[in-house]
Amino acid sequence: MDGTLLILIYVFVLAMFVGFELITKVPPTLHTPLMSGSNAISGITIVGALISAGLEEYTISTILGLVAVIFATINVVGGFLVTDRMLKMFKKK
Amino acid sequence: MNIFIEISYLISSVFFIFGIKLLASPKTARRGNFFAAIGMLIAIVVTLFDKHILTYEWIIIGILIGSIVGSLMAFKVPMTGMPQMVGLLNGFGGGASMLVALSEYYKILNKLTDKIEFTTYDTVTISLSILIGSVTFTGSLIAFGKLQGIVTGKVVKYPGQHPLNLLLLLSVVAIAIFFTMNPQDEVLILSIVGISLLLGVLLVLPIGGADMPVAISLLNSYSGLAGAATGFVLNNYELIIAGALVGASGIILTNIMCKGMNRSLMNVVLGGWESAGSSGPAVTTVKGNVKSVEAEELAMLFDAAENIIIVPGYGMAVAQAQHAVRDLFNILESKGKNVRFAIHPVAGRMPGHMNVLLAEAQVPYDKLYAMEDINDDFPNTDIAFVIGANDVVNPAARHDKNSPIYGMPILNVDFAKTVVVNKRSLNVGYAGIENELFFYPNTLMYFGDAKEAVNKLVHELKNL
Repeated sequence: MDGTLLILIYVFVLAMFVGFELITKVPPTLHTPLMSGSNAISGITIVGALISAGLEEYTISTILGLVAVIFATINVVGGFLVTDRMLKMFKKK
Repeated sequence: MNIFIEISYLISSVFFIFGIKLLASPKTARRGNFFAAIGMLIAIVVTLFDKHILTYEWIIIGILIGSIVGSLMAFKVPMTGMPQMVGLLNGFGGGASMLVALSEYYKILNKLTDKIEFTTYDTVTISLSILIGSVTFTGSLIAFGKLQGIVTGKVVKYPGQHPLNLLLLLSVVAIAIFFTMNPQDEVLILSIVGISLLLGVLLVLPIGGADMPVAISLLNSYSGLAGAATGFVLNNYELIIAGALVGASGIILTNIMCKGMNRSLMNVVLGGWESAGSSGPAVTTVKGNVKSVEAEELAMLFDAAENIIIVPGYGMAVAQAQHAVRDLFNILESKGKNVRFAIHPVAGRMPGHMNVLLAEAQVPYDKLYAMEDINDDFPNTDIAFVIGANDVVNPAARHDKNSPIYGMPILNVDFAKTVVVNKRSLNVGYAGIENELFFYPNTLMYFGDAKEAVNKLVHELKNL
């Protein structure tokens, strides 16, 4: 175990706390958009997928990367758009 | 790694955090979602400058396909299909994380990275990322199938179920240990993939339809944790931050859903109420008279009422009755009545399901009340109108210690002067128990499909 791992764990634990603090403040009426929106955020793995799909040599890593890019893009694009579609409907009197 | 890219990832993470913060109010939520999308765009664009990316054709093809499929899904899905949609998106997120981890394995194996050989850190994080990602992927597909009606929505039980799941999980751990000792052996990593995919199926299959809010929330959490695990594989801070945020969100929602049913997470995950599903007949038999009412009489009753609370349930979603309910709301408001909606936390098939449907029908969101904010008002209510809800308004949860739902928080509709229950029949709810509410002296049953019945009522109200 080296210093980097420790920092990564720090970041993870602190981010969890930030998440708990923020999300407890989201009202129940917005729980569905919260799920779809946070879901889109979890599509951040697209960052890793892009690097795999962009390798110069054509290998199994590239193929896995391509499928990952497709999955993650569906997750990101679909997630943000459907969340926006829902939130647009929430109107006060 | 490039400092420019690193700083941009940090900025992107701040956008995510700020975006979720703005979700705290319906007024700012749309902007919040937009901020999160900007954060994602920043992350994607700067990644394209990464020195490891040398060719762009696969990337362009992948993004194109994903964008088309994603937008089609987002624009085509009806609001009643939102639980399926979210279930499917969870799956894609988990699947992507798993594929990235697997791709990283082959990169190191084929010496396509700066790394010379596998460290224990690599094998452990790759195994973990693959486990969580795969379970999320197939688990979400099963959840999607259940919500879509392709896979049975019943509680599925078979002998040896739990020992089998435990055995599979332990075998993943054991293989991961072998894998750490022999990282060159790709059969080991592929067996982890296979077993994890199977585990996802077996874990979600037993969960019954009405427990889907819990399953979807839990899978939402997993999809975040899978992303965070991939962040550990890639040493990427942003993946860890974003994954942890989503993981936390899913955990909170799961917890709220479990509390709404007064059940432990274990109880839900292991498959349903004792009496639920296949065990068949109702456990308690309530005796008494059922009074039913017709639209015309009901319209007069509503016309004389002052305070009205509408309680929607999954039945409203199934009948697509949200627009009819909105018409009812409008006509009652125009008659000067105080009309509000009471939403139970587990009404529907996912957290906030009812709210989205009513928002779609343009019911103002400030008329939708959470259980704890409205439950004390039922005694001052003239009519509580229950549309397609059952177990969440069963008074047995308060007093009948033998009832399987005893202790579950319920909406106290029975305290209203008159309770009107719209249902297709007297059938039992998800918990498989009869609802004594239907036999109460202040209860009127208004039988029929929710959409037709409410439309008929609106028609009669107009004719008054």
